Amino acid sequence: MDSAEPILSLKGIGKSFYGNRVLADVSFDVGAGEIIGLVGENGAGKSTLMKILFGMPVISETGGFEGSIYFNGKEARFKTPFDALDAGIGMVHQEFSLIPGFTTTENILLNRESLNSSVLVDVFGPRISTLDRATMESRAKSAIAKLGVTLDPNMLIKEMPVGHKQFTEIARELCRENVKLIVLDEPTAVLTESEAEVLLSTLRLLASEGIAIIFISHRLREVVELCDRVVVLRDGHKIEDFPAKGSSTKQIASLMVGRSMEAQAKIDAASAARSTQSDSDARETILSVENLWVDMPGETVRNVNLSVKKGEIFGIGGLAGQGKLGIPNGIMGLSPAGGSVVLNGTPVELNAPRAALERNMAFVSEDRRGVGLLLDEGIDWNIAFTAMQVQNQFLKPILGGLFLWRSDAAMSNLAEEYIKLLEIKCTGPGQRAGNLSGGNQQKVCLAKAFALRPDVLFVSEPTRGIDIGAKHLVLDTLKKYNSEYGTTIVMVSSELEELRSVCDRIAIVYEGRIEGILPHTAPIEDFGILMAGADRDETTVALVGGN
Amino acid sequence: MDSMKRFVADFGLPRIIITLYLFALFFAAPFVGVNLPASISDTMIRIGMNGIMVLALVPMIQSGCGLNFGLSLGVIAGLLGATISIEMGFVGAWGFGAAILISQVFGAVFGYGYGKLLNRVKGGEMMIATYVGFSSVMIMSIAWLILPFKDPTMIWGYGGTGLRTTISVEGFWRHILDDFLVIQIGENFKFPTGAILVFAAMSFLIWVFFHLKIGTAITAVGSNPTYARASGINIDRMRIVSVMMSTMLGALGIIVFQQSFGFIQLYEGPLYMAFPAVAAILIGGAGVNKATLTNVFIGAALYQGILTMTPSIFNAVLKVDMSDVIRIIVSNGMILYALTRKTKVAK
Amino acid sequence: MSSKLRNFFIDNAVVILFVVLIAIAIPVSGLPGTFLMQEILTRLGRNTFLVIALLLPIMAGMGLNFGMVLGAMAGQLGLIFITDWNIVGIPGLLLAMIISLPISVFLGWLCGSIMNLAKGREMVTGFILAFFMNGLYMMVVLYAMGSIIPIMNPELLLSRGYGIRNVVGLDGVRQSLDTLIPLKIAGLNIPAFSFLIIAAVSYFIIWFRKTKIGQDMRAAGQDRAVSGAAGIPVEQTRILAIIISTVLAGIGQIIFLQNLGTINTTSSHEQIGMFSIAALLIGGASVTKASIPNVIVGVILFHLLFLVSPMAGKNLIGSGMLGEYFRQFVSYGVIALALVLYEWKRVTQENDSRATLRGGGAPAAKEAKGGAA
Repeated sequence: MDSAEPILSLKGIGKSFYGNRVLADVSFDVGAGEIIGLVGENGAGKSTLMKILFGMPVISETGGFEGSIYFNGKEARFKTPFDALDAGIGMVHQEFSLIPGFTTTENILLNRESLNSSVLVDVFGPRISTLDRATMESRAKSAIAKLGVTLDPNMLIKEMPVGHKQFTEIARELCRENVKLIVLDEPTAVLTESEAEVLLSTLRLLASEGIAIIFISHRLREVVELCDRVVVLRDGHKIEDFPAKGSSTKQIASLMVGRSMEAQAKIDAASAARSTQSDSDARETILSVENLWVDMPGETVRNVNLSVKKGEIFGIGGLAGQGKLGIPNGIMGLSPAGGSVVLNGTPVELNAPRAALERNMAFVSEDRRGVGLLLDEGIDWNIAFTAMQVQNQFLKPILGGLFLWRSDAAMSNLAEEYIKLLEIKCTGPGQRAGNLSGGNQQKVCLAKAFALRPDVLFVSEPTRGIDIGAKHLVLDTLKKYNSEYGTTIVMVSSELEELRSVCDRIAIVYEGRIEGILPHTAPIEDFGILMAGADRDETTVALVGGN
Repeated sequence: MDSMKRFVADFGLPRIIITLYLFALFFAAPFVGVNLPASISDTMIRIGMNGIMVLALVPMIQSGCGLNFGLSLGVIAGLLGATISIEMGFVGAWGFGAAILISQVFGAVFGYGYGKLLNRVKGGEMMIATYVGFSSVMIMSIAWLILPFKDPTMIWGYGGTGLRTTISVEGFWRHILDDFLVIQIGENFKFPTGAILVFAAMSFLIWVFFHLKIGTAITAVGSNPTYARASGINIDRMRIVSVMMSTMLGALGIIVFQQSFGFIQLYEGPLYMAFPAVAAILIGGAGVNKATLTNVFIGAALYQGILTMTPSIFNAVLKVDMSDVIRIIVSNGMILYALTRKTKVAK
Repeated sequence: MSSKLRNFFIDNAVVILFVVLIAIAIPVSGLPGTFLMQEILTRLGRNTFLVIALLLPIMAGMGLNFGMVLGAMAGQLGLIFITDWNIVGIPGLLLAMIISLPISVFLGWLCGSIMNLAKGREMVTGFILAFFMNGLYMMVVLYAMGSIIPIMNPELLLSRGYGIRNVVGLDGVRQSLDTLIPLKIAGLNIPAFSFLIIAAVSYFIIWFRKTKIGQDMRAAGQDRAVSGAAGIPVEQTRILAIIISTVLAGIGQIIFLQNLGTINTTSSHEQIGMFSIAALLIGGASVTKASIPNVIVGVILFHLLFLVSPMAGKNLIGSGMLGEYFRQFVSYGVIALALVLYEWKRVTQENDSRATLRGGGAPAAKEAKGGAA
C-alpha cells in the first residue's frame, strides 16, 4: 500500500492544554486507499489528534499545536473544520449529525444543494435560488451507489433504522467532489453485528477506489479485520504502528492498556503489599446484582450480574460506552433500570434515588458539575445537603419537632472538618462550589458521600479531569476510608492502572455485560483481552465469567 | 476600576440606571416643588399594597419554575375569597380574616393543579404560565357573570347580570391594615403600619420557610435539579409545593392590595397583575432562577418609588404625564433583560 | 384503516373541536347564513395576510412570533403619516407600506437579534419585547408626534397640541384595496383584490420554502447545531425569518386597518398578535408546523366563533359579555393548549426515543436497537 506519496502525513504532532500535555510527538502517514485503525484508551489523545487535523477552533484558542500536517503533499493548517472539508477530508462523528425531519437526499446535500439558476440571484445572492430537486436526487443516488448499499433517497431520517443513518452520514462525506480521506469515529458503536459487517465491506470498497480511511474504534476485532495498519496511542504518545495482518486483538489490547516496565513494577509492588487484604473469598456478600439493565445514554447496561463482598474495594472497568458507568447510576436510581439488586439480603428498590440512599448507599457521580454539585451554593451546602435530607442531620427541631430548622453552624462545622481532612483549597465553607478547581470540587463530592457514613460507596471516575496531586489524595482517601470504617467501595474508572492500584477485584464491562472479573494481581494482558471483548469461546472460559 | 466593572456586571447596567434614575427623581423633587413627605408616604403605602405580590414570586423562582407569569391564578383565588366573604356578610376584621381564609383554600387547590401542569411542561413554564393565567382570568369572567351572588353591594342594580366590575370594600374592610396603628405626621405623611407589618411578617415566614428542611430542598431543586434528585429529593413534589405557596401568597397579596386600594376589581382586572410584580423583583436583583428577600425589598422599593415619583416630577417639570409609558418601558425592559441574559455560569 | 382514521382525528383534534363548537353555536346565535357568509368573506380579506406573517418563524423553529406586533406598529406609523399628508386611495396605501418597510426591517432585525440571545425561549422573549416596544411606540405616537415629529393636520392631534388622537379615521384609504376590483356574487361583496394579494403572498411563501434559504431555514429550525456544523449561517437565517415576518405583519396591519377604516392609535396593534396566533392554532397548526391551509381554515373558524359567540351568549343567559369573554377565553386557551401540547410532546418524545433501550432480557434489548437493519 505504500504508494509514492502519502495522502496525509502527520509529523511530530504535540499539544498541551493549560500545561497539561495530552499529545507528544505523534507521527504517521496515511496512503491513498489505505485504512488505518487508530486505537487507544479514553484520554489517549485520539480525539485531540482529530481536532488538530480538522482545525477545530478549540485548538487555536488554547495556543495551537506543535508539529506539522501535510495533506496531499502540501503543508496544511486548517483554521476551521470547513477548510478541512474543502481540502477533501470528511468526518463521520460518533453521534449522528443529521436533521431528523429531512430526507436522505436533503441530509446528504445539506448546505451543498443543487440550485436552479434565477435572475434574482444577481440581486439577492445565490441563496434566493430554488432547489433543483432532480439533480440533488441523482447526486445523492450516485453517492449512495459508491457505498454499495441501498438507501431510499426520499426517506425521512427519523423513520430510518440506525444503520441507514450511519450510511447516510458516510454518503454525505462521499458526496463532496474531492474527498480523499474519511475519518470515522466509532462508526460501528451503534450498529448491530450484521450492520457493522455491511459497513466494513463498504469501507473496503471505498478504499479500493483510492480513498484513505482513518478508522477509530474500540471494537478491536473489526480493526484487525478491516485495517491495513494499526496505530496505537497511549497517554498522548504513539506506541506502535504495525500492519494489522497477523496481529491479534490481544496484542493490540495489551499495547493500549500497557504501561512502561518500571511503572508496572511499581504497581505490582503496591498490589503485592495489599495482597493480604484481598482474601475476599472468605467474606460475606454485601451487594449482589442480578440481570441488571440500565438505560443510561451512551452507557447502556444490558445484563449485569455481580456480587460484592463486605469491606472490599471492588473495581469496575472497561472502555468508554460499554456500560460501566451505567451500573452505579442504575443501582442508585439515577437512570431507569431493571433487574434485581440485593443489599445485605434485602432487595433495593430501583428507580428511586431516595430508597437507595436510605439503604445507606452513597454515590460520587462521574458528572461532577451536572449531578455532583450545587455550583451556585457554598461548600457547606454541597457537603451537608444529602445527609440533611436523607438522614435529618444538621437539623434542629423547633416548636416541639413540628418543624426542622436548618443549622447553618453545624453545616459549616462539618464543611470545616472536611476542608481540613481532604485539604480542600478554598476561602472557607461559604465559597461557591462553582468557583473551586476540578480537584477540589471532587473532594467536595467525596465529602458529601462520606457525610452519609455509607455502608456501600459507589465512586464513579473519581480522578477524571483533576491534577496528579489531587488524584493521589483522592485515591488515598478512598483507601483510608475503606480500611478505617470498613466501608465497601465500588469504584468505576476508565483508568485500569488506577483500579489495579486501589481495588481488590476488578470487573470488566463489555457491551453492557460483565466480561470477566479478575483479581488486581492478574496480568495486564488479561484485562486487555476482556476490555476488547475477547472471543468468548477461546479465552473467557478460563476467567471468572460474568454471565 | 476592576471592582467597579465587576459591580456593574453583577448588579447589571439596567438596575444601576434605574437606581440612579430614582435617586435623581428624589433629588429633584424639592427643587420643582414636589412634596417630598407626601411622595415618600405614597411610596410606603404602595410598598405595603404590592409587597406581598412581589414576595409571592420567590418560591417559584427558588424552585426553578421561573417567573410566575401565572400569578393571576392566585389573584383569582383572592378575588373569590373577598367576594365570598362579602356575600357571607362578614365585616371588619372578621370579613378580612374570612376573605383571607377562603382565598387560601382556593389558592391551595388552584396551585396544586397549576403545579401539576407545570411539572409536565418543564422548560416551557413561563409562556404556558402566562397563557394559563390569561385563560383562567377569562373563565372566571364568565363565572362572575353567572355565579349566584346575591349581595346588593356586589351585583349590578338593574339591567345587568352578574357581579359589578369594581366592588367597593368601603364598609367591609377598607384600609383595615393601612389604618392599623397608622402613624400620621403632619398632613402629608402617613405610614401604613399595619400593611407594612403584614408584609414584614410574611417576609419573615418566607425567610423561616427557606431555613427549614423543606425550604432547603426547594432551593436545591432550583439550583440543580439533578443534584437534588441524586440526593433523594422528589423534584415534582417540591415544585408543586412552591407553586402552591406562590399562588396562596398571590391570593393574600391581592386582598391586602384591595383593602388599601378600596376596591375589588373583577373580570379582566387580574389579567396583567403578574407583570409589575415580576418587574419589581427583577429590578431588585433577582434572576430567573435565584431570588432573595433583599431582592424583594429593594425591588418593591425601587419600582414603587419610580411609579410614585415619575408622574409627580414629570408633571411638575414638563407638564406632561409620561408615567404610564415610562412604567411600561421600565418594567418590560427589565423582564427582557433578565430573559436575554445568559444563565450565570461559574467563572 | 381504522388506525388511519384515528390518526386523522388525533392530528386534527383542535379543528374538529372547533367545528363542533361552531356547529352548535350558530343555531343558538340565530344569526342568518348570508350575514355570516358576508362577514367571513370580509374577515378573510382583512386578517389572512397577518396570519400568513407567522409562518416563516415557525418554519425556522422559533415558534409563534409574538413579536409580530412590532410589524403592526410600523404599519400603523405608515398609516398615520399618509393620513397626515392626506395621500388617499391606493397610492396612499402603497406609500404607507413603503414607509413601514424600513421601520419593519429595523424592528425585525432587532427582534431577531434579541431572540438569538434567548434561544429556546424565543416566544416569551418576543411576547415581552412586544410590550417593551409598545412603550417606545407610545412615546413616539403620544409625545413625539406633533412636538418633535411634525404633524401638519391639527385634527390628528390631541387637544393639548401634541400626540395623536386615540382614534384616527382612515377615510382617504378606507377599503380602497377591497373595492379596487368590485365583485359581487349572489349578493355577497367579495374583496377580490385583497384576495389576490393574499394569493400572491401565499405563493411567495410556497416559493420561498423551495429556495436555498428556505431550506436553510427549515434545517436551522430542526437542529441548530447540525445546521451550523454544515456551514449554514444559523443566526443570520433566524434573523431573516423574523425580518420577513415583521415586514409582512406591517403590510398585513395596513391591509387590516384599511378594511376597518380607523386606527385605534394605542391599541389596534396590541391584540393583533394574539388574534392571529390563536387563529392559526385553531386552524390546526402547532408551534413547530404550520401551513397555508391552516391559515385559511383558522381564520374562518376563529372569526365564525368571534361572530356567533356574543349572540349565542346573549341568547343563552341574556348577557352579551358572556360571549365576549368566551371568545377571549378561546383565544388565550387555544394558545395555552398549543404550548402545553408542544412541551408535553417534546418531553414524551425524548422518553419514547429511548424506550427501545429499556426492558428486561438482554437479547431482546439488543435486537430492539438495530432490528430493522
